[in-house]
Amino acid sequence: MRLRLEARGAPSAAMAWATPPAAVLATLVAGSVLFAGLGFDPLQSLYSFFIQPLTNAYGIGELAVKGAPLIICAVGLSIGFRANVWNIGAEGQLTMGAICGGGVALALPDAGWWLLPVMVVAGAAGGMAWAAIPAFLRTRFNANEILTSLMLSYVAVLILSYLVHGPWRDPAGFNFPESAMFPDTGMLPVLWEGTRLHAGVLLAVAVVLAGWLLVSRAFLGFQIAVAGMAPAAAGYAGFRGKRLIWLSLLIGGGLAGLAGLGEVAGPIGQLRPTVSPGYGFTAIIVAFLGRLHPLGIVPAGLLVALSYIGGETVQIELGMPVAVAGVFQGMLLFFLLASDVLVRYRVRLTRPGELVA
Amino acid sequence: MSPDFIAAVLVAVTTAATPLLLAGLGELVTEKAGVLNLGVEGMMLVGAVGGFAAASATGSGLTGVGVAALLGMATAALFAFLTLTLLSNQVATGLALTIFGVGLSSLLGKPYIGMPLDRLPPLNIPGLSDLPLVGPVLFGHDALVYLSLAAVPAVAWFLMRTRPGLILRSVGESPEAAHALGHPVIAIRYAATLFGGAMSGLAGAYLSLAYTPMWAENMSAGRGWIALALVVFATWKPGRLLLGAYLFGLVLILQLHAQGLGLAVPSQWLSMLPYLATIAVLVLISRDATRIRLNAPASIGKVFHPDT
Repeated sequence: MRLRLEARGAPSAAMAWATPPAAVLATLVAGSVLFAGLGFDPLQSLYSFFIQPLTNAYGIGELAVKGAPLIICAVGLSIGFRANVWNIGAEGQLTMGAICGGGVALALPDAGWWLLPVMVVAGAAGGMAWAAIPAFLRTRFNANEILTSLMLSYVAVLILSYLVHGPWRDPAGFNFPESAMFPDTGMLPVLWEGTRLHAGVLLAVAVVLAGWLLVSRAFLGFQIAVAGMAPAAAGYAGFRGKRLIWLSLLIGGGLAGLAGLGEVAGPIGQLRPTVSPGYGFTAIIVAFLGRLHPLGIVPAGLLVALSYIGGETVQIELGMPVAVAGVFQGMLLFFLLASDVLVRYRVRLTRPGELVA
Repeated sequence: MSPDFIAAVLVAVTTAATPLLLAGLGELVTEKAGVLNLGVEGMMLVGAVGGFAAASATGSGLTGVGVAALLGMATAALFAFLTLTLLSNQVATGLALTIFGVGLSSLLGKPYIGMPLDRLPPLNIPGLSDLPLVGPVLFGHDALVYLSLAAVPAVAWFLMRTRPGLILRSVGESPEAAHALGHPVIAIRYAATLFGGAMSGLAGAYLSLAYTPMWAENMSAGRGWIALALVVFATWKPGRLLLGAYLFGLVLILQLHAQGLGLAVPSQWLSMLPYLATIAVLVLISRDATRIRLNAPASIGKVFHPDT
């Protein structure tokens, strides 16, 4: 007897929806093995990791605060991934959005109510501009966008570090590498007293709705899907490949920039050397876990946000390294990709020598 | 510039180039078999932390090197199982491997942060290593440096002059044709991926045991990705990879020593150099689309399933 994979005629819709929860379950099992291996009580650890953060209002607020940037980034990335455009530099585009949006707040400390809208536009524009570089290099010079967008992430983080260590450092900040605090008019208002839940969460809701309309109702969304699944067919149909590369990267970059602005104008309130704990990279996992669909990305984003909060909780409660969150996120993506095989293939048991149709 | 200074720069360039060369050669073989493993950065980090842990536990640098190679292979085996047996998307799986490797290495490396360790000993060749100038530049390195240099002609000879190398390349160009001829496509791709993992593990070991003998979170700082770019730069040719790795070694060293040379540039701008240089060489080489098409393995990154 041996296992054999048989291609399905069409991808199984049931499996496409069943595999993400299965992957989560498998991650929990593997996670408890990992916890046990590290010498912690697995059940206690899983409770601290996944349940305890949700037992108070602050934790639930944090879930939305950390979920919002992940969801915003992931919706943008998913559009590119659908078209086989691999923008993995969302972290850099997010950082550039924070720099541009934050720069506006620092330049106009006495501005009125209009400051925040200008910052939002500047943040999205900054992310777009940063993503335009790989788009240009790919369409003009055929340079692989995976590598260029990733390299630009390192560059963006270094630019931010230069700015807060140098020209943008707060003169009254005791020499810490931080900018001045943004004026109140440049901050996203807190929506729920006692938590850090801010208006950036509403941006995430708007992004999800817009993304959903794009993939399900717009002709552009259809073109993107065709370009990803059958590039040749897209070419014969006259869809312009370069235009789709540009659009994918600009949408992804603009949304990542928006997420970055939401971080500095939301929970952080100033520019610091680090404005994101890797949201731009983790959003890749969120995009896949959400099946590259805006509505799937919402629960996926919240779940991965929970892994960040859980990582902090087990660090405080059990003294575990905070990196355990990254291990969980990596395992989650592994299990998801592994179970994906069930969507496109059927597993059959065959005896040696048996003829298969 | 004194001869001593030039000798010191050459030694530094060699040490900076070695991890890029090791990881790049491994990935080159993997890609020649048609597998694109974007997890080099993750495999390097796991190798680096595992090598460091083993070396500090046993006191033997060579044990560390061996453990790092095995761990690199283990992580590559995970990638191979997902992409070759379960037919998952190679790009996504490679990204997952990097994310996982970064997390796992910082989790396992926690107790080793700030721990001192003896540098991998140089292979002293009596007489030759003591020569002035030439001695330290040519004969004062550790075993991994010579291994990386010996691996260049070895990989080139294997790929271009041996029958198994020919079969490996045929699997990368047309897995369907190779399958029809009776070659075990999946097994060959497994082997090529494992070789890439072992080499990435060695590159990691070089970082944590020789380049800077310590463990720090994310210490590879994008070198795995630079190695991936170098494979494209080299148009999948081992000799050109050697050139590229040493060129990048020079850029990395320039970044470290420019301030020492009296250049008043903020450190962040200098740190950007290797990343910007990577983009520049990618653009230079990719501009010629025909050249990439002629040299890139035709089936790279594509899933192979014998029935379809």
